[in-house]
Amino acid sequence: MISCHEAVAQLWEYLDGTVDEADRALVDEHLSRCRRCCGEMEFAHELRRLLAESVSADIPADVLQRLNQTLEEMDRWAAT
Amino acid sequence: MALLSVRPGETVAEALVDQRESFRELATAQLPRLYSIARRLVGDGAEDAVQDCLLKGYERYGQLKAPESGPAWLTSILVNSCRDHLRADARRPNEVDFDEVERFSLYRKIAYEDPFPYSDSLHLDFLDEFGPEDVRAVLMRLPPLYRMPLVLVYMDGFLAKELARRLDVPLGTVLARLHRGRKLFEKQLWQYAEETGLLKKGAP
Repeated sequence: MISCHEAVAQLWEYLDGTVDEADRALVDEHLSRCRRCCGEMEFAHELRRLLAESVSADIPADVLQRLNQTLEEMDRWAAT
Repeated sequence: MALLSVRPGETVAEALVDQRESFRELATAQLPRLYSIARRLVGDGAEDAVQDCLLKGYERYGQLKAPESGPAWLTSILVNSCRDHLRADARRPNEVDFDEVERFSLYRKIAYEDPFPYSDSLHLDFLDEFGPEDVRAVLMRLPPLYRMPLVLVYMDGFLAKELARRLDVPLGTVLARLHRGRKLFEKQLWQYAEETGLLKKGAP
């Protein structure tokens, strides 16, 4: 059995799938009897989602134009 | 370009044009994604990093074996371009007190401070206040050494193992940096929320 402190310290690694089988079983066992740590687990899960979902592929028009220009220039150098 | 694949019946000149066109196609399609990664890794240096990546990618395009791995291949080149910026940054003295960061728990902090007294989903309400630009601003507060694995693993889907190989450091080092990066991210989320008045908006 592990304490709340030990369980919480491993929650992200648990979600990442980077804890070994024995540690995973210990965290599972702890979560099965500790509601507070389940709350922490849910929160860690949402934090990961916040990170993953905040990726925006927005690129300002002027930056895009300059980068496309770089590509065009590279083509022109190569062609000469 | 290092290598050139010339198809039967094709002249070298034609093969070169083909190769240029196929690089152009790949790079154009990947520009928004590359810029988005660079922006989270090096902030204002993003455009320079992508320019550098395009030049290097173009020079080395002949080394790309399988066209379908083009996007991942360009990402690796970009990460290296960004590392040059990050190295300059990393020379600044490290002022992070990791003992304090290690003790910090955002979950407990939110429960204790109770920024939304009438809410029964306090923790999720807290996270809902952060838009993509807020998250980016929080990430930029982290030292680059810890920001980089966080961005690449949780936002761009790298495996820790793969990142260790690309950065040429042991897996344990990447995992340790990820752990510290997450703790710092939690702490900076709270500080950012306090400093920018983010929580007042949500308060009744």
